[in-house]
Amino acid sequence: MIGSDTVVRVRDLRMTYGTVVVLDGVDFDIRKGEVVTLLGPNGAGKTTTIEILEGFRGRSAGEIEVLGADPAKGNEDWRARTGVVLQSWRDHPRWTPRRLLNHLGRYYEPYSTPDRPRPRNVDELIEMVGLEEKADQKIVTLSGGQRRRLDVAIGIIGRPELLFLDEPTAGFDPQARREFHDLVHRLSDFEDTTILLTTHDLDEAERLADRILILAGGRIVADGSADELARQVAGEAQVKWSCKGEHFVHSTPDATGYVRNLFLQHGELIQDLEVRRASLEDTYITMVQQQETGGRDKVIVPFDRNNRADAEEAVTP
Amino acid sequence: MNPKMHAIRVGLSRGWTELKQSLRSPQDQMFYLITSAGILAYLWFRRNTEIEGTDLLLPSFAMPSILGAMIAFGVVIGPAYSLAMEREDGTLLRSKAVPHGMLGYVTGQLTYQSANLVPSLASILIPSFFLFDNLMHKGVSGWLTMLWVVVLGLLATLPIGIIIGSLVPGVQKVGTWGMFPILLLAGISGIFTTMDSLWGWVKVVAQIFPMYWMALGMRSAFLPDAAAAVEITGSWRTLETVGVLSLWAVFGLVVAPIVLKRMAQKQSGSAVEAAREQAGQWLR
Repeated sequence: MIGSDTVVRVRDLRMTYGTVVVLDGVDFDIRKGEVVTLLGPNGAGKTTTIEILEGFRGRSAGEIEVLGADPAKGNEDWRARTGVVLQSWRDHPRWTPRRLLNHLGRYYEPYSTPDRPRPRNVDELIEMVGLEEKADQKIVTLSGGQRRRLDVAIGIIGRPELLFLDEPTAGFDPQARREFHDLVHRLSDFEDTTILLTTHDLDEAERLADRILILAGGRIVADGSADELARQVAGEAQVKWSCKGEHFVHSTPDATGYVRNLFLQHGELIQDLEVRRASLEDTYITMVQQQETGGRDKVIVPFDRNNRADAEEAVTP
Repeated sequence: MNPKMHAIRVGLSRGWTELKQSLRSPQDQMFYLITSAGILAYLWFRRNTEIEGTDLLLPSFAMPSILGAMIAFGVVIGPAYSLAMEREDGTLLRSKAVPHGMLGYVTGQLTYQSANLVPSLASILIPSFFLFDNLMHKGVSGWLTMLWVVVLGLLATLPIGIIIGSLVPGVQKVGTWGMFPILLLAGISGIFTTMDSLWGWVKVVAQIFPMYWMALGMRSAFLPDAAAAVEITGSWRTLETVGVLSLWAVFGLVVAPIVLKRMAQKQSGSAVEAAREQAGQWLR
């Protein structure tokens, strides 16, 4: 039974195109208010997964509940509670952002509730995504990043409870990216919006997501916060130090204990201390490589938050 | 607030916005200008040509026929291009992503494509009345006839445009499956010449499709009754006109929603992405 705060529930999702298996038994849950990132190499099935959840694509098999309904049968009332930002839109070239936002917002008027007034105020929204200067220019004149921000604005105009973002920051400059991250935090913190996004950018995943799902070979090979993933999969941290002018490097799963011992033994002789934990990037590369070379059986499916031994056992074939 | 009725209202204002944007767009203004200049030039150069069997000159005879053909052309090719293009650029998908958005989108298309007839007909009619004499022989009753022919013709042909737009694989194919057959039909539907000059079986084919009947209906609105002598069976065949156009309208109103729905269901981000690989930005 779906919990009251579970917004998305996916069980054994499978998708096959002809003989090509794209999704091969995907399982995950998303709770209310969570920001979850779907990471994975190109062709891993991220977009397919998100499109199935949006109700834009059928599935071969599996059980899915999104906001309490099967997205394949989601009606228009269900639709009103979701927001969608897809990858490649170049529609409405003759409209202006303001006109288009006003128009699309009107569809949400019948769905307004006291705690979620719909649609959002267009002027505020334009300011939120930083499109004030372009608000009354034809959309065809917008740059790639500006158009993307318009897409995001349209995605949230109906104040969705669940927002899907497929590669939302592609084509953003660093500042626009930073502003977008602030926007996502705002949506999640103040409006309790649940967000599922895909990205290639590990840095972005780390910064935005409460939880990261890594999709590789048609399955979720990891599920946890950036921290948890880094700690539990790549495992070892690197400790660098110098003692009496000599430099040392040591890899250890227990950096804190190791450093404590170092100080106990050498005390003030220890200098240039540097501890580097495996980054999300290390983790990601490791997992995707393991998946690619290791085949199905070695895929690290179990991900236990507390029991390191189990996780390690699963890593080693 | 009933969400469906509400979406239809939103769609009506969408169509109105599209019309205003089209009228302001230099691209569309050029289109009106070139079409109307081309047609008027043709009529002007043949202004002294007499139509055999009548005492009419070519402009009087051809003008109503051309208007009929233009309606058919406009409301078939217009929506066919719009749908094919807006499927590729993501407009449809955008509409699918908002509640009752497809209903609003289709309402908008119908509104825009129908309303669009006003400027395109006016761009021919108004200058014609300055350039040629004796265009309207029937006065008020003629204008009323024109009105029902336009409305019925619209109902008969607009769904065909929607069906073509939903079925064609891409924008480029609208030429093959839309433009080409329509131009062919215009050639055999007695628009530029009387039907007499055509072979028997060609006449039969022409009479299956709405374009011939729309042109005939328009002639019956504009021309003196004596001119009916050169028509097939020597009469305006008003009843048959209503019958054939109504049949097409019923066919379209049944088939178009089914085809449209099937097409809309197939829309997804990856479908748009795939189309994007194939084509650039079409509309500016």
